[in-house]
Amino acid sequence: MPIFLDYLWVFLIGGAVCMIGELLIITTNITSARILVTFELVGVFLQAVGVYDYISDFAGAGVNVPIIGFGASLAKGAIGAVKTNGLLGIFTGGFTATAGGIAAAIFFAFIFALIFKSHTKK
Amino acid sequence: MEDAKRNEQYNKYVSAKIPKTKWWPSLFNSFLVGGVICLIGQGINDLIMLGFPEMSQQSAWAYTLIILIFIASFLTGIGVYDQIGKYAGGGSIVPITGFSNSIASPSVEFKSEGIIYGICVKMFTIAGPVIVFGVVSSVAVGFIYWIISLF
Repeated sequence: MPIFLDYLWVFLIGGAVCMIGELLIITTNITSARILVTFELVGVFLQAVGVYDYISDFAGAGVNVPIIGFGASLAKGAIGAVKTNGLLGIFTGGFTATAGGIAAAIFFAFIFALIFKSHTKK
Repeated sequence: MEDAKRNEQYNKYVSAKIPKTKWWPSLFNSFLVGGVICLIGQGINDLIMLGFPEMSQQSAWAYTLIILIFIASFLTGIGVYDQIGKYAGGGSIVPITGFSNSIASPSVEFKSEGIIYGICVKMFTIAGPVIVFGVVSSVAVGFIYWIISLF
């Protein structure tokens, strides 16, 4: 049952990453913006030192779905673009790699904000 | 001196008023919800790879994240995601769906202040720092690799 084992690892690693986030929230009362930035920078660091791809091969969505994966694509994009475009790649690489996620998040948020009403006044 | 004393009293008052989260249930909930969100992501990715075997791994992940972001924005719009967030804490913040929620939630909430100053400005209250740090760190990494590649 290799696929079952794969999914078990995804669940365990993804859950553990999120639990570390919750642990940070409980112990330091850190805000969600800081949580997101912290995990993003962890991803950038892991990709920059070259270990992220090994973790990702093993953990799949367990690290790609947490915002660690977003940070890793930023760094991967920057490194890849520097290899192909040189100096210009420093500035174009990060955004190019993550453009899909950022554009989707902004576009869907805008559309759904136009469609739906606020829920806080219930 | 007077101010320092008052600040100290105020900090004490605040820390007494902050709701205390129970450790184990909240850790367990965040583990459960975070794990399930990652499982859904893996499921979507595997389905994409199954349906489009010629697609590159990288494009498949991009589609997976966009689908997750779509689902999270929709759930935020109908008010479900913030309910999950109350229960799951870190489990709903750390995944990419939390990033999506952090953009969609204030845009829906501040819609009443108008499209420009409500939706478009408030959208980036949490996502702004994430994007700024993302750009700064990726430029830094790119710069370091460019320097290394010179030698």
